[in-house]
Amino acid sequence: MSGFDWMVPVILTVITAATPLVFAGIGELVTEKSGVLNLGVEGMMLVGAVSGFIAALVTGNYFLAVCAAAFAGAVMAFLFGVLTLSLMANQVATGLALTLFGVGLSALMGQEFVGEPVTALSKLNIAGLSDLPFIGPILFAQDALVYLSFAMVAIVSWFLYKTKAGLVLRAVGDSHDAAHSIGYPVIAIRYLAVMFGGAMSGIGGAYLSLAYTPMWAENMTAGRGWIALALIVFATWKPGLVLVGAYMFGGITILQLHAQAAGLNVPSQVLSMLPYLATILVLVLISKDESRIRKHAPACIGKIFHPAA
Amino acid sequence: MNETEGAVPQLELRGITKAYPGCLANDHIDLKIMPGEIHALLGENGAGKSTLVKIIYGVLQADDGDIIWAGTPVAIANPHSARKTGIGMVFQHFSLFEAMTVTENIALGMSGRQDMKVLERDIVQVSNSYGLPLEPNRQVHTLSVGEKQRIEIVRCLLQKPKLLIMDEPTSVLTPQEAEKMFETLRRLSDEGVSILYISHKLDEIKALCHKATILRGGKYISECDPTQETAKSLAEMMIGTNLQAPEHHETSKGGRVRLKVRNLSIDADVEFGINLSAINFDVRGGEILGIAGVAGNGQIELLAALSGETTSRDAETITLDDKAVGQLGPNSRRDLGLAFVPEDRLGHGSVPEMMLTENAFLSGFRRMSLLNGGFINNGGTSDYASDIVQKFDVRTPGIYHTANSLSGGNLQKFIVGREVLQKPNVIIVAHPTWGVDAGAAAFIHQTLIDLAENGAAVLVVSQDLDELFAISDRIAVIAEGRLSVGRELSEITIEEIGLLMGGTQGMGEAGGVSDVA
Repeated sequence: MSGFDWMVPVILTVITAATPLVFAGIGELVTEKSGVLNLGVEGMMLVGAVSGFIAALVTGNYFLAVCAAAFAGAVMAFLFGVLTLSLMANQVATGLALTLFGVGLSALMGQEFVGEPVTALSKLNIAGLSDLPFIGPILFAQDALVYLSFAMVAIVSWFLYKTKAGLVLRAVGDSHDAAHSIGYPVIAIRYLAVMFGGAMSGIGGAYLSLAYTPMWAENMTAGRGWIALALIVFATWKPGLVLVGAYMFGGITILQLHAQAAGLNVPSQVLSMLPYLATILVLVLISKDESRIRKHAPACIGKIFHPAA
Repeated sequence: MNETEGAVPQLELRGITKAYPGCLANDHIDLKIMPGEIHALLGENGAGKSTLVKIIYGVLQADDGDIIWAGTPVAIANPHSARKTGIGMVFQHFSLFEAMTVTENIALGMSGRQDMKVLERDIVQVSNSYGLPLEPNRQVHTLSVGEKQRIEIVRCLLQKPKLLIMDEPTSVLTPQEAEKMFETLRRLSDEGVSILYISHKLDEIKALCHKATILRGGKYISECDPTQETAKSLAEMMIGTNLQAPEHHETSKGGRVRLKVRNLSIDADVEFGINLSAINFDVRGGEILGIAGVAGNGQIELLAALSGETTSRDAETITLDDKAVGQLGPNSRRDLGLAFVPEDRLGHGSVPEMMLTENAFLSGFRRMSLLNGGFINNGGTSDYASDIVQKFDVRTPGIYHTANSLSGGNLQKFIVGREVLQKPNVIIVAHPTWGVDAGAAAFIHQTLIDLAENGAAVLVVSQDLDELFAISDRIAVIAEGRLSVGRELSEITIEEIGLLMGGTQGMGEAGGVSDVA
C-alpha cells in the first residue's frame, strides 16, 4: 500500500476541488429538470461564499454559516424566479444578469473581510476508521460537506426517479402546457426547483470560502459556476453522471496545479485553461449524439410558460 | 340512452359566461347532459367550445353562471377537483409527456400517490377490457398518435368518470381507429357514462351522438338531435349562413407533368424519423393530387424533401417543369415556381413574433421582387401583405400585427394567400384546413381548386379524408415512408384508403411505385 501513499494528498485535493461542483451541479440539475435554465450559478455561488464566510467569521458556528450560504443562494434564486417565472423575463438574459449582480454584490459584502482568515471546516474523525492506511484519510476523514454532497446526489436521484413529487417536477420540465392542463401548479413547482438550485449553489460557494481556501477573495469561484452548468450537459441531466463529471473536472483542475508545481515547461495560463478546454471538448463530443441529449434533456428548458388557459 | 322525463341530468350548465379582454368567449351558455348520453358540442373555431369545456374541467373559472352536477350546484376550482367530482377529459392536443413511460404519464394524471406496480396492472386490465391495448413501459415518444390517444382515454377511465369530455378525438385517427374508438364510447355510454364530444366532423357526430348543442360566436344557438339533421344543416347552424360545397369543374387531364418525383429515397436524420423509400409520383398542371396517411408515416420527411429543406443525393429524383431540382434549396425552388404551405403554421409557416408584412416578405421576396439591391422594398411589401389580407379575408386589426396574434384559421388563410398570390406553377400544401372552421375551410378548398384550374399542379397532404375526397383528382396513401399508387377518385373508396393507411395492403407492388398515366 505504501507505494501509493503519494496519491493520498492528490486524491484529497481532487475531492475538495470537486465538491463545490457537485453542489452547484446537482442544484442546477434540479432547476433545469423543472424546465428553467438559470445561468446565474456563478453569481449565486459567490453570494453564498461571501455570506457563509461572514456568518462563520461573526458567529464561529459553521452549521449556521452553511445555512446562511444556502439561504443567500436561495434568495438570489428567488429573485431570478420573480423575474423569469412571474414577470416572464428571458431566462438567459436574466441568468447572465444574475451572475453579474452576484459578482458585484459579493464584492461589496466582502469588502471588509478580504484577507481575514477563518479556520478551515474541520474534518470529521471517525475513531479507528480514519487511521486506516490509504482509505482512512480519503473515505473517513472528510469534512461534513463532502459527505453531504454525496448524500445530496443520492437524495436528488431518489427524489427525481422514485417519488411522485419528482415525477411531477420532471413532467413540468418535459411539457409545462400538459402539466398545466392536468392541473399542476407549474410556476410554484418551478419556484421551488429554482430555489433549491440556488441553495445548493450557495453551499457550493461556501465550500470554497470555508474549506477549499478558508478565506474570502473577490471572484473566488473563478468560473466554477460555468463549469457546473457545462457539467449538466456533460451528464445528460443524470444525477449520477453529475457526480462523475464533477470529479473529472475537479481532477483536471488539480492535475493542472500539480503540473505547474512539477515545473512543466508550459505557460501556466495554458494549464489554467485546461478545465475550460475540457468542458468545451466534452460538450462538442456529447452534443454530436443529439438523440441522447434529447431523451434526457427537459424539453421545456428555457421556455417561458404563459399560463394562458 | 335512458332519458326519461324528470330524470336528473348528470351535468347542467346555466348561464355560463366568460369574458376575455376584448371578447365575450361564452355568453350565457346553457347545456344539459343526461347520464349515458353522448352529447356533441358543435361550433366554428372561436365559437367558445374550448372555453366552455375548460370551465367544466376547472382549467378556467366562469365569470358568471352555475354548474350543476347530478342535481347539486358545484364549484370546480381546478382539474384535480374536476377529476374528484367524476369528470375526465381527453385533450385535443394531448397533455402527454414525451420523455416518460405510459405508466408515468397515467400516474401524473391521477391525484395522490400511486403504487406503480398496481397501477401497471390496472392499466393493462382496463386497456384490454375496453379494447385499447397499451404497453405500460413504453416511452411515449415511441408511440403512434392513436396509441397516445389511448393513454389519454385510459387515464380517464382509470378514474371511473361519470362524464368524459373529448376534444376532437378523431382528428388524428384512421377511419378504422376512429370506428374502434366509437365502439369504446358506445360501450361507456351503455355503462351510464355521459360523454361530451367535440368534433368538426359532422358525419361522425351524426353516427355517434344522441344530442348536439350548437354554439356560435360564444352564444348558445340551439340544441338538436343530430341523427335527424344532415351534415349540411348542422354546418349551416354552426356558421349561420348557407354553405357552399367547393365547386369542382372537370379539369383537363392532359396537362403536362409539372412535378415529377422518381425513386426518391431519403434516410431520416433524426431518431424516430421515417425513412422515405422509393417514392414515385407525378402531378400534372390542372390536377390536385391528395396524399393521405396517418401522421408520422413520412409526411414530414416527404414535405421537407419537396420543399428543399432536405436535399436528395440525386438531383434527378425531383423535377419541376422538367428541371432537376433534387439538390436545390428552398429559395432556388421557389424561383422555379414552387410554393409551399407547411403543416405547422406558427414556427414553420410563419415567424410567430414577426409582423404579417415581414412574414409575407420572407416567403415572397423573390417571386414578388420585393428586394431592391439588398434593401427591403417596404411599400411593395405592405401592398403585398394588404393584398393577401384583403383577397383572402384574413381577419386582423392590420398588417403590422404579429403572426401569433391571428387565430389559427386566419393565419392559415394568410399563409395560403401568401403562397397563392405568388402565382406558383406547383404548390405543395400540408394539412390546409387543420383546425380551421368550416367557412374558412371551404374558402381554402375553393382557392386550391381555382389554382389548379388555372394550370398549377397542386399537391395536398392531409389526414382528413373528407377533405381529400372533396378536392382531389387522385389520391395516394403514404404509410411507413412508402407511397401507394395514385388512384382516380372514382376508383377508390374510403375503406380502401383506410387499409392502405394502416400500411397493410397494396404497398407491395413494385415497392409502392405510383405509375401515372
